[in-house]
Amino acid sequence: MSYLVLNGLSKRYGDMVAVDSLSLSVEQGEFISLLGPSGCGKTTTLQMIAGFIEPTAGSIVLAGRDLSRVPANKRGLGLVFQNYALFPHMTAAQNVAFGLEMQGLGKQERIRRAGDALEMVGLAHLADRHPARMSGGQQQRVALARALVIKPSMLLLDEPLSNLDAKLREEMQLELRAIQRTVGTTTVLVTHDQSEALALSDRIVVMNHGRVEQVADPYSAYEDPVSRFVGGFLGKANVFAVEAAQHEGQACARIGEAHVALDGRPMPIGQVIVRPEKITFGEASASALPGKMRARVFQGNHWLCQVETSVGEVLVIRQNDGIPVPPEGSAVHLRWHAPDMRPVEAARKGLAS
Amino acid sequence: MNARANPWLLSTPALLVYAVFLIAPLLMVFVISFYDFKFMGGMQPTFIWKNYIQVFSDHYYHQIFLRTYGVAILVTLACAVLGTFEAYVLSRMRNPWKGLFLMVVLGPLLTSVVVRTLGWALLFGSTGLISKTLMAVGLASRPVSLMYTDLGMGIALTHVLVPFMVISVWASLQRINPATEAAALSLGASQFTVMRRVIVPQIVPGILSGSIMVFAMAASAFATPAIIAGRRLQTVATAAYDEFLNTLNWPLGAALAVLLLISMVIVLLAANRVVERRYGAIFN
Repeated sequence: MSYLVLNGLSKRYGDMVAVDSLSLSVEQGEFISLLGPSGCGKTTTLQMIAGFIEPTAGSIVLAGRDLSRVPANKRGLGLVFQNYALFPHMTAAQNVAFGLEMQGLGKQERIRRAGDALEMVGLAHLADRHPARMSGGQQQRVALARALVIKPSMLLLDEPLSNLDAKLREEMQLELRAIQRTVGTTTVLVTHDQSEALALSDRIVVMNHGRVEQVADPYSAYEDPVSRFVGGFLGKANVFAVEAAQHEGQACARIGEAHVALDGRPMPIGQVIVRPEKITFGEASASALPGKMRARVFQGNHWLCQVETSVGEVLVIRQNDGIPVPPEGSAVHLRWHAPDMRPVEAARKGLAS
Repeated sequence: MNARANPWLLSTPALLVYAVFLIAPLLMVFVISFYDFKFMGGMQPTFIWKNYIQVFSDHYYHQIFLRTYGVAILVTLACAVLGTFEAYVLSRMRNPWKGLFLMVVLGPLLTSVVVRTLGWALLFGSTGLISKTLMAVGLASRPVSLMYTDLGMGIALTHVLVPFMVISVWASLQRINPATEAAALSLGASQFTVMRRVIVPQIVPGILSGSIMVFAMAASAFATPAIIAGRRLQTVATAAYDEFLNTLNWPLGAALAVLLLISMVIVLLAANRVVERRYGAIFN
């Protein structure tokens, strides 16, 4: 049996369905991300696990114990909030020690463990400082120490890094992952930031309109999205309609003017996703999609190109690896390999029925 | 016109109004407080400490000052407890009710103090509602009158002043991050502990600034003490009023007024300093 089991978890507000029969199993020590746009039900799900929102239906079982009737302050979960939610009238050390005090630990023990926790997040030197005198990143670390010091059975993170600037966010991502690995606490992260979910998680739960679209490890969720929504939300995606065709006696997938040889693979039906970084510029040929470079944007380590073709606008990402990218306005020919075409929706539904 | 003179020029009208209608009368009261008063001859413009010496040496005035500050302190405490509780409950209400009850709490401010106090006078009398109810339920064997008592004055003043506390605490409650409450709960705190350790400490600045307002208004209140406490239980404000308008001993009335003003300024400055020093560093 898994460590955390959500079974048919639902939340309705009148006619509005916030979370629709969500089922999920999380293993001990796993780092799970709930990823989706705002209003997809990810925060509601977290709040139900935390005990701040009562589910309309379904159950939450943690380590074999049904949490339905357990109030939020008896669940023993560690929470980190988007706006840190530190107690402004307490110092960093007092903030961290608060949960230990609630557990009824003696003063010496509290001071020692709060000190250790601050040490772990690298803030031992700021123990006596009030939150108002700390930067956002420091406050977030204190919040993390405060949540972890009580040795929670699970760590719940609600968009913990979204208030930080980009550079700090990346630093904190690495640090958060390292800390989670060290303490081994099962973690559920709620985020709308796909790169955060990709960077941190063992598995990603992509949600939309209160439903789970896909549960997969970051690599397969990105490489093999099950739906157009997942493909578009996790990274950038070109969506093409494909048709079965023959070219020089071989089975091909036809997209616009391009006939991509399948080399014995099954024919994708309906729509496919091709990631922009899988497309290269090549010579004119039957298997290439001709187009015109409309715009290219230099982003340091890569170029982001918009190419106008007969099947609409195509995004191409090229590494800045010394090979020159065609100038704006020039005619280009786009090529990709058959395995890079990932069927979505229509195709999967066709297979399932 | 230059940049340094402009602010002064622009504030001249306001400064004139203040100078003519506030500073000048206050200065005159201050000057008069050193005048002499002869029962047959009226005010004598001199410079003597007689009025102050009289206030400081007469037990009658000691009592008046003690009553004024005693009642003001109790009213402030009552307002702090009631107003904080009221503001918290209000802030937790859902939306149609929230606005409605906020109106109910602040509603008394829309009526005249005199009207509200006369309402209390009707309730407090020996044949009033409170007396009759207490007798009906058997808690009192004889008619009970709260008129002309410190308790009655305290109750009426608390009612008149509690909206100011509610407004002040309300303002600081609005600044609280609701997630701090959730954080405390998740760390295992009970609802009561959340209130005591997380909510109240965050609204202490609001309670203190509300207390400063309530205390100042309670100590200098005139209408409520005049109606409820009458002439038997004087406060500094009613005593000064009587010296001015009944005894016509303006210098003594002026001395009382000046002493009330000075003591109040000292109390308020000290309170403000404490607030700034303790909480300035935490809540900027």
